[in-house]
Amino acid sequence: MKKIMVGLKRVVDYNVRIRVKPDGSGVITDGVKMSINPFDEIALEEALRIKERGEAEEVIAVSIGPADAQQQLRTGLAMGADRAILVQTDKLVEPLDAARTLLKLIEKESPELVIVGKQAIDDDNGQTGAMLAALWDRPQGTCVSEVTFADGKATVTREVDSGLETIEVDLPAVLTADLRLNEPRYVKLPDIMKAKRKPLETVSLDDLGIALDPQLEIVKTDPPAQRQKGVMVEDVDGLISALKDKGLL
Amino acid sequence: MLIRRREIDFLLKEFLKVGELLNCERYANHDGDTIDGLLDTAYAIAEKEFLPYASKADIEEPEFIDGQVKLIPETQAAVNAYSEAGFIGAAFAEDDGGMQFPWIATQAAGAVFASANVGFYGYGMLTAGAANLLNTFGSPELKSRFIPAMLEGRFFGTMCLTEPQAGSSLADISTLAQPLEDGRYSLRGTKMWISGGDHQLGENIVHMVLARISGAPPGVKGISLFVVPRNLVDEQGSSGEKNNIALAGLNHKMGWRGTVNTLLNFGEGGQCEGYLVGEPNKGLAYMFQMMNEARVAVGMSAAALGYSGYMHSLDYAMNRPQGRPLTSRDPEQPPVAIIKHPDVARLLLAQKAYTEGGLALSLYCARLLDEEMITSDPEQKKALNAMLGLLTPIAKSWPSEFCLEANKHAIQVLGGYGYSREYPVERLYRDNRLNPIHEGTHGIQGLDLLGRKVFMDGGMALGQLLRMVREDCARVSVTPALSQYAQLIAKATEDMIRVTGMLVADAGKGEAEKALANATLYLDSLGHLLVAWTWLRLARISLEALEDAPGTDDAFYQGKLKACHYFCTYELPRVNSNARILAMRDGLFTEMQDEWY
Ligand SMILES: Cc1cc2nc3c(=O)[nH]c(=O)nc-3n(C[C@H](O)[C@H](O)[C@H](O)COP(=O)(O)OP(=O)(O)OC[C@H]3O[C@@H](n4cnc5c(N)ncnc54)[C@H](O)[C@@H]3O)c2cc1C
Repeated sequence: MKKIMVGLKRVVDYNVRIRVKPDGSGVITDGVKMSINPFDEIALEEALRIKERGEAEEVIAVSIGPADAQQQLRTGLAMGADRAILVQTDKLVEPLDAARTLLKLIEKESPELVIVGKQAIDDDNGQTGAMLAALWDRPQGTCVSEVTFADGKATVTREVDSGLETIEVDLPAVLTADLRLNEPRYVKLPDIMKAKRKPLETVSLDDLGIALDPQLEIVKTDPPAQRQKGVMVEDVDGLISALKDKGLL
Repeated sequence: MLIRRREIDFLLKEFLKVGELLNCERYANHDGDTIDGLLDTAYAIAEKEFLPYASKADIEEPEFIDGQVKLIPETQAAVNAYSEAGFIGAAFAEDDGGMQFPWIATQAAGAVFASANVGFYGYGMLTAGAANLLNTFGSPELKSRFIPAMLEGRFFGTMCLTEPQAGSSLADISTLAQPLEDGRYSLRGTKMWISGGDHQLGENIVHMVLARISGAPPGVKGISLFVVPRNLVDEQGSSGEKNNIALAGLNHKMGWRGTVNTLLNFGEGGQCEGYLVGEPNKGLAYMFQMMNEARVAVGMSAAALGYSGYMHSLDYAMNRPQGRPLTSRDPEQPPVAIIKHPDVARLLLAQKAYTEGGLALSLYCARLLDEEMITSDPEQKKALNAMLGLLTPIAKSWPSEFCLEANKHAIQVLGGYGYSREYPVERLYRDNRLNPIHEGTHGIQGLDLLGRKVFMDGGMALGQLLRMVREDCARVSVTPALSQYAQLIAKATEDMIRVTGMLVADAGKGEAEKALANATLYLDSLGHLLVAWTWLRLARISLEALEDAPGTDDAFYQGKLKACHYFCTYELPRVNSNARILAMRDGLFTEMQDEWY
């Protein structure tokens, strides 16, 4: 392969306790620690490993988001991506628009493989990868926990409800990374410095000829309901009848 | 638990304005993103490689088996991750093989590692310290032989000062260095309490050893510094034969067990070769030049350990149902979480005020260390050095005393569970109990402060420091929400100025012993004053943030205001009462006779 493209989304760090804006219009991100979506980090790690095995020549990290998403791309470059592209927008980008935008980048870069996370931990939609494959009209392997390459094909192990499924996909293809695909490396401090000198290109949605076309309306954002107080049951019978009372058995 | 990232970001960015610090030549390659990147990596490694093994490292303490030190295997993975990421050399200049990160940023990262697992952190910290010492005073030849391997984490480092008969009084060390014909020395003597003194984590260990060259003058004027490798190292930097440093035994400690502590016999079984660092008889002076950095770092660890305990006890207090509110004793009512009890709130607020205040004070000193390093103005350099000299005993000792107190409160919040090994708060207390002892005991720091630093240059540094405190008090006296604290701090400042004048006058009259008898109390008092001042500054920033951007992070800033209130109301009065005691110049401690105990 010549090129692998990896999508990195800027999301609220997984350690941050999410707070909802008082008017319910979304969650507070001002002054909040932001990071690469963890599944995207796994996607990038896999791309880097493929390259380090000599099976790819270049890894391109791309992000769609605000100017500050440069930070996440820099982190991606510090992990080892060769260059980065930011499609800059301050608007909320829904999965379908994200897929359309990524497709434009694919048309420009012609990668043989695109890897994204199976979902982003902010909106948990889990749609972008699949939509992108459909728009691109190429095969997809979602929720991937293992992947190998031979003869222009990828052999992909997928995590499915009933266990593991192995499929073969022709390249070019889209893969979405699951948790067990790999353990991302730690960024090394010298690489943080080197990343500053790697190319990071910024383009606008206009440049790509994309007009966002939101399909969803956010009606309201609520914090999760407070956990109800637990009750102690006397014995196993008590537990069973309590579960039955709740209609869980 | 780790120090909250929000805390570190607040202190670095909002309080200490690290961005402004980067506007200098030394840090020209850095920006907000590189600092964030450093912290991101620190958190990732601390969370995955350090934190999960803190308890195991405590329970399975190092063992001495067949002449070798056995550590839990996770130690290796953690120190590898730490050194491979580049943390040992992070603050070193690029020309010296480092990454020239600001000191304040690497220290903040250090605090994160310490809060995760202080025992594992010890190896990297000691190695960086030893390399820094060698880098500052060693010849180019010695540096190139040892430092690259140390920064890579192939060689580890130690500091060998203490001997069984010479702890606080290093004047009494007796390890001997006999000159050999070719400029090398042969060392002989016993070093006690050496952290990281022997282990198999790397290819070699580089000991920085204080010893006397035969014929040197007695006392501190006859102490030289040597670099002594465990295995001899050839010019190409490869480790070879053993250098006759015998591991005589391990010390079994109360805490901080993840770092092995050793008794070493230099020159047992044959010649032990060492190389003089710098000039003869300057060893202690060299050590003292590095003292500010090392001691501020100790205070930082103390704050980190206190902070970790605070986090655990906070979590527990929110989830432990017990008892009913003072206003309703109805047994039919479900119990409340203990965080609702005023006395538990007291214990939590005290921890918050001690640990966040201690961390802020330590990082403030770290920033001064940066400023001292980057300034090209010799006058300013001198003034900063004097200021740091004054602050160092406080920055070392205050967190060591009061963040340990925080660990005590953390145990209290957990009640009986806090006293059991099922919960980490008792370990954190034991880990932190070292900090008032090593790197100069609490008592020695008091003497350093009142016996030397207060007097330096006619008391210039202290004068300047207290002027800054007064100025800040004056500045916020017009802010209604903070003016009450400013008044309290201003009053305490006047008390300290008055009592310092008295003690200085006593010393001038040749009554130094009397003046110094209460030096520790003096240190505690000045420390409390400076932490109150620190809280005032944090509160001012927090108030501004609440006004400028309401609704973004109100709870965080409210918490700061409340901690400032707690500290100024419940803690600061100690300064006034201590000042009264100090002013009495009570002779009790000097008059005591052994038979009266
Ligand atoms: C876990 C651990 C790790 C250590 N790691 C190292 C290391 O890596 N390298 C190293 O060189 N050392 C190390 N030390 C040694 C440490 O620095 C000494 O223990 C410390 O300096 C105190 O010396 P001491 O134990 O001999 O106590 P002493 O000096 O005997 O002091 C005992 C008590 O007397 C007080 N005292 C002593 N002299 C005076 C005085 N003049 N005025 C007032 N009070 C006084 C002290 O404050 C203290 O309370 C370590 C110690 C420990 C416990």
